Amino acid sequence: MAAVAELVGTKGRQRSQSYLMSWLTTADHKRIGIMYLLAATFFFGVGGIEALMIRIQLSSPGNTFVTPALYDQLFTMHGTTMIFLAVMPLFIGFINCIVPLQIGARDVAFPRLNALSLWLFVLGGILLNSSWFLGGAPNAGWFNYAPISLTPFNPGPGIDFYDIGLQLAGIGTLMTGVNFIATIINNRAPGMSLMRMPLFTWTTFVTSVLILFAFPPFTVNLFLLMFDRLMGANFFNILKGGNVLLWQHLFWIFGHPEVYILILPAFGIISEVIATFSRKTIFGYDSMVLATIAIGFLAFTVWVHHMFVDGFGPYVNSLFAITTLAIAVPTGVKIFNWIFTMWGGKIKFTTAMLFATGFIPLFVIGGISGVMLAMAPADFQYNDSYFVVAHLHYVLIGGSLMGVLAGAYYWFPKITGRLLNETLGKWHFWLMMIGFNVTFFPMHFLGLLGMPRRVATYSAAMGQAVAFWNLVATIGAFILAISFLFFFYNLIKSLKSGERAGPDPWDGRALEWATESPAPVYNFAKTPLVRGRDAWWVEKTEGDGQLRSAEPEQDGESAHHAHGIHLPTGSIFPFLIALGLTIAGYGAIFGLLLLVAIGLALAFFSIHRMIVDEDPGEIVQPVGGAGE
Amino acid sequence: MIGSHELVPAQPGQTPEQAKAQDNRVLGFWIFLSGECAFFAALIGTYLSLDTHTAGAVTLASLIDLPLTGVMTLSLLSSSLTMVFAFLAMNKGELQAMKIWLWVTALLGAIFLDLQIFEFTHYMASGFTMGASASASAFYALVGFHGLHVAFGLFWIISLLVYSFKDGITPANTSKVWIAGLYWHFVDVVWVIIFTVVYLMQKVH
Repeated sequence: MAAVAELVGTKGRQRSQSYLMSWLTTADHKRIGIMYLLAATFFFGVGGIEALMIRIQLSSPGNTFVTPALYDQLFTMHGTTMIFLAVMPLFIGFINCIVPLQIGARDVAFPRLNALSLWLFVLGGILLNSSWFLGGAPNAGWFNYAPISLTPFNPGPGIDFYDIGLQLAGIGTLMTGVNFIATIINNRAPGMSLMRMPLFTWTTFVTSVLILFAFPPFTVNLFLLMFDRLMGANFFNILKGGNVLLWQHLFWIFGHPEVYILILPAFGIISEVIATFSRKTIFGYDSMVLATIAIGFLAFTVWVHHMFVDGFGPYVNSLFAITTLAIAVPTGVKIFNWIFTMWGGKIKFTTAMLFATGFIPLFVIGGISGVMLAMAPADFQYNDSYFVVAHLHYVLIGGSLMGVLAGAYYWFPKITGRLLNETLGKWHFWLMMIGFNVTFFPMHFLGLLGMPRRVATYSAAMGQAVAFWNLVATIGAFILAISFLFFFYNLIKSLKSGERAGPDPWDGRALEWATESPAPVYNFAKTPLVRGRDAWWVEKTEGDGQLRSAEPEQDGESAHHAHGIHLPTGSIFPFLIALGLTIAGYGAIFGLLLLVAIGLALAFFSIHRMIVDEDPGEIVQPVGGAGE
Repeated sequence: MIGSHELVPAQPGQTPEQAKAQDNRVLGFWIFLSGECAFFAALIGTYLSLDTHTAGAVTLASLIDLPLTGVMTLSLLSSSLTMVFAFLAMNKGELQAMKIWLWVTALLGAIFLDLQIFEFTHYMASGFTMGASASASAFYALVGFHGLHVAFGLFWIISLLVYSFKDGITPANTSKVWIAGLYWHFVDVVWVIIFTVVYLMQKVH
């Protein structure tokens, strides 16, 4: 942790609190972003180990490495962890670290609410994972269909851990959505018009809108399940008039926008990285923005394609098949724009650029299998087979995770002040490309050969081909795992002894490269004046290489230089709210009403203090000018 | 670099940053309320899809007492009006009048909640419990969550009344009252929908 001490947050602040307290109470978006990234990386490791156990079990027919009961828990926790606790918070980590810098802001709109989001995610994730030690993990798949999630079929506490853990993390995500919509609308530096915003900021904005409207139905759904399991309600109990399809509808009304929440930030990162390393402005900026908005809108119109085999009939299925196919149009626009950005550019293949270019073919493969799945009659064949598993891993690893990694190599120097090692990075990239394709491409064949997903084993009678491709996939999974050992080693090594990055190691285009690495606590000494798209590039090529200040000058000094910069101060209450709700969550799972009461009392006391307390803020004196 | 920036305590009075923070709060709250719309939309959709699934148990239609819910509706709608009065008094700088109207708002909200608790106890005693049927579960989820919103609003308004006006009316607590008011009106509008969809439509059937 000593190396972490050098990171952003401690710079520019007096160390009046203990080290631990300064992190527990922080409201600085950069420190919150770092904690998101660290926690999500930990959960990513946990989800990865679960994936390897699944692959070991499936390496040969009739294997008994894990029991069927444990296998159910493994695939459920693998999916749930990767989606809710790894990939989404990794993006939220980058959004926290980078978006306020890209728009020239001092911080997010609600710094303390941001801390609440973080702690709800961290403690919700811990609660969910503690199920392994407290009576068994959830075992009904990441989409947790009723009725197998109901008490008669699932009497253990696992499903309750899923329910309450995701409820906590989900409320945190919802608050992040609110926060970044307000931040991007209201905290932009002067001159940063909407159509001058970097594309990562644009995709963050649309992602936040998706979060805002997708998570509430999920919250409701989780409450309904909690009422059924813990309070004897009958939403999903057919014997008392309940309807199991209600869960599926509410889940996928959330769940489909959720997968776009997992891909849109990646689109933004890829746009930033490809433009920077092609030394060209992004091709078709306007169409990129429109495509992002179109994808965000269509995301809410396709949910029944997850339910084609439920028997809604040809009219309903056709409607949702057509809306699903329509999403390929704006996505295709983006793919071509990236290719045209590289066309004729001075391309430099850094590791970040390798991941960004690798993203394109992998995501196209995932997109094509997605269009195949969207055709309702054909989907009756693919449904619940390994073909779907292949598809979703091509879009979530080949798409989302490649985006995360491009972002990691691109922004690590901005976040930590040090460069990641390029040689280790290239080992990581090539091993991952090989490992990923060897693991997941054969799953297309396995699906077409009839192998169902979510079954603990398969019979040797399914044929040699099934056994062979499963073994190949397992070997690929280990290559993939080894590639991440290179990455983790690179992270630790570079954090300790990586080359100093300087403010602008990539000759970047957006505003985050115009300030120090890591950015000081106030981000920019003077609020910058934005004079064009690619704001920093404009100053480097058409200005004097210094940011213009948007602040009125008085006697040759800006107001901020005379009086200092006003910044929000931290608070322990966001952490205490999250802690209280988590304690109440454990109480609800184990039926301990006293614990529920204690937890809620702590949470409400802290909410009360958040309502009535006024953040006095603190004044920080900057050093140097806007460009430093 | 650590320690090279000197910290001094913030100056009293309104800075541009504080003004912006208040702007953000109002905007952020509107955004949050649109998420709340999606929350209640999901609950109302659930209720409408399970409305008739009574599974042979006691039905809501046989229990509803429209005059009682009429009084509840009246008290909640009036509380929106008194919230407006509180806000008008605040704009004129009349601290006492504002506080009185906020207390009246809280009182009307408490009357609503009290009648709702009475209503729920009566229904449960008649066998219309959470576990009686899917229809009953959906009723308690929708109407109960609305009731919890009213209760949270009470907690909020009373918190502000007790703790936030020690220095009179300031720019900081003005925006807090404005936001609490937005919330209160939103909860009121949701009740108008619930009253129509749950109570009035039962009588139409």
